[in-house]
Amino acid sequence: MENITMDGGQAIIKSLEAEGVEYIFGYSGGSVIPIFDALITTDTKIKFILVRHEQGAAHMADGYARATGKPAVVLVTSGPGATNVITGIMTAHMDSVPMICLTGQSVSWMIGKDAFQEADIFDISMPVVKHSYLLKSSNEIPRTIREAFHIATTGRPGPVLIDIPKDMSAGPMSVGLHAEMDIPGYQTHADDEINAEHIQNIAEALAKSQKPLILAGHGVMISGAQDALRQLAEKMQAPVTTTLLGKGAFPETHELSLGWLGMHGSAYANKAVCDCDLILNIGSRFDDRILGDPAQFCKQAKIIHVDIDPSEIGKMINPDIHCIGDALKVIDALMPHVAPLNTGSWLKTLDGWKQKYPFKFKRQGNLKMQHVIDEFYKLSDGKAIVVTDVGQHQMWAGQFYKTDHPNNFLSSGGAGTMGFGLPAAIGAQFGRPDDLVICFSGDGGFQMTLFELATAALYKLPIKIVILNNHYLGMVRQWQELFYDDRTSGVDLEGNPDFVKLAESYGIKGFNLRRPGDVKRIVKAALDYNEGPCLINCEVEKTDNVFPMIPAGKPIEDMIIDAPKAGSKKLEKPTGST
Amino acid sequence: MIKNKTIHTLSVYVSNKSGVLARIAQTFSRRGYNIESLVVSAAIDGQFSRMTIGVSGAEEGLDQIIKQVGKLIDVLKCTDHTFDDAVTKEMGLIKIEVGAEGRGEALQIAEHFGCKTVDLTDESIMLQVVGDPDKIDALMGMLQKFKIIEIVRTGKVLMARGSEIT
Repeated sequence: MENITMDGGQAIIKSLEAEGVEYIFGYSGGSVIPIFDALITTDTKIKFILVRHEQGAAHMADGYARATGKPAVVLVTSGPGATNVITGIMTAHMDSVPMICLTGQSVSWMIGKDAFQEADIFDISMPVVKHSYLLKSSNEIPRTIREAFHIATTGRPGPVLIDIPKDMSAGPMSVGLHAEMDIPGYQTHADDEINAEHIQNIAEALAKSQKPLILAGHGVMISGAQDALRQLAEKMQAPVTTTLLGKGAFPETHELSLGWLGMHGSAYANKAVCDCDLILNIGSRFDDRILGDPAQFCKQAKIIHVDIDPSEIGKMINPDIHCIGDALKVIDALMPHVAPLNTGSWLKTLDGWKQKYPFKFKRQGNLKMQHVIDEFYKLSDGKAIVVTDVGQHQMWAGQFYKTDHPNNFLSSGGAGTMGFGLPAAIGAQFGRPDDLVICFSGDGGFQMTLFELATAALYKLPIKIVILNNHYLGMVRQWQELFYDDRTSGVDLEGNPDFVKLAESYGIKGFNLRRPGDVKRIVKAALDYNEGPCLINCEVEKTDNVFPMIPAGKPIEDMIIDAPKAGSKKLEKPTGST
Repeated sequence: MIKNKTIHTLSVYVSNKSGVLARIAQTFSRRGYNIESLVVSAAIDGQFSRMTIGVSGAEEGLDQIIKQVGKLIDVLKCTDHTFDDAVTKEMGLIKIEVGAEGRGEALQIAEHFGCKTVDLTDESIMLQVVGDPDKIDALMGMLQKFKIIEIVRTGKVLMARGSEIT
């Protein structure tokens, strides 16, 4: 037997440190006491942030990772501690965000015997992780943590869960901290040689195109390919639209930008999808929010799909040409083979649409969410990290807060997780302490994780928490109004607290905003307040609707650009997913 | 076995660890595919296992699911051999109720199919058959005239021919 070097808990902390971990977000409990003890007994620089609910920890780690590109660690106890992070893990998984989740587990000899606070989290989490481990020995700790970080951060990133029985973290470890990885089945495709023939085919298709459209997804930013993408678009003079999660992959104020596309994206981007003769998708998975009816999507155009994940090719759309690989490598390989395209008249058409169908709202009447977001955009010079929750405000934040830089628009896209906003904003602020963080939430989503106000207050994080409060679950109410004869059901949030008093009870500065005439003054006061978080409760128009809108499952051509006139033809119920 | 639908035979080479089968099974079941047969055994190198899986379900989309299985960290390779000229074999044990009267005929059928008689009592015979799954289906058809007490089949195993690696 080799010498005992340290206990399992200490090995965990040391191994995390070797991976460059800066923060652990978590909540203690019986089965993780040895790991929490190691935070004290190990000389470590890792900072531990105690949250108020495990879901908050997962979203904080998620927000940290989206804002910095580096993974953070979630540390929670067994049983309910572990099941409480499932929503957060699923959210990260849907949006390809790296995360390491350490869950405590009963002592190994009690597993499967309904021990106190035992949950089979290894199996429960299986469909929502990139990979997972159940430790069988303390000696597996160094190798497992090394593999977990490698898997979480390479290729298409994602969450990795390690379930740690208490006897493994408490028990002695008899191996060194250095360990070789042993994952022969793992292929990242990040270092794959880019297929020259595929590049040639893409270049030839591009050369023939008069009306090209580049579609940039989150993958462009994960790969760090935003500069290369801009050079490619400028060289070809091809317009660029992004997905919602791709906001920041291409500057939205650039003259070639069409903003983001999809269900509530810009009318001009969606019209470009319907009219282009070629679509070059780099790093997006053709999500149902952007396809409308997959069978009708871009039927007139040549479809090219570039993705690092081979299983995405042909999942939603069968492309004419595809190329597997890292976005940056593919763009670099493509660049020498492309030439300026003859897109003058195409760009002119697009400019016409941009003029004709801008995002718009009325500054008169009741206060509008769009007005508040627009003012934050102007007064912060568009430089903030914008974090959203889920719903109408999320779509308007996407529309009115333009994103010019990568990793500056953080939103739960695939999962649509209400409650994501506040904790993710906290994680983002920890990761980028010198940047302005604005969290736009609805009154519904905010109340799902509002307990993390304590965490924001404790660390005096200067986040601007903007509650766009319409006293409704507005997006569902919008569907009920448009497609269910205005039969509102289960969407009236009566019983909301006084959010400003709530904030004050945490020692957080609060503002109420009710009148359009006060928007500028209060937004400015909120931006000037830097002694900690502040909360701005905005009492907005209760029954406003988000447009443009492509009804779920309908072809993009059926996009509703403006609110239907009263008495106009009844809309059919959408057939697509939610 | 259910007739009139293609059962795809996949060969999956995996790390020999707990949880691997659950991940693979989950990938199929989520998309509504049914696992019709499954054989798992250690490979030459005990670190790895070979799974031969028979799945049924929509033809469209299967390629994509095979890619998703291949993407699992513990899966080294997943290949569809359904339309390959590979060697496929299955073993079955069939117990029929038969006394002295029908025994001669039963044993004649058994001999025709190359079965071994692995258990014999006054009231029953247990036959062991090895071969292509179609052959076992045919044998079962012939034995319908007797009362079949029970059947256990191993599920298909498969190996690529010649120097090709499965």
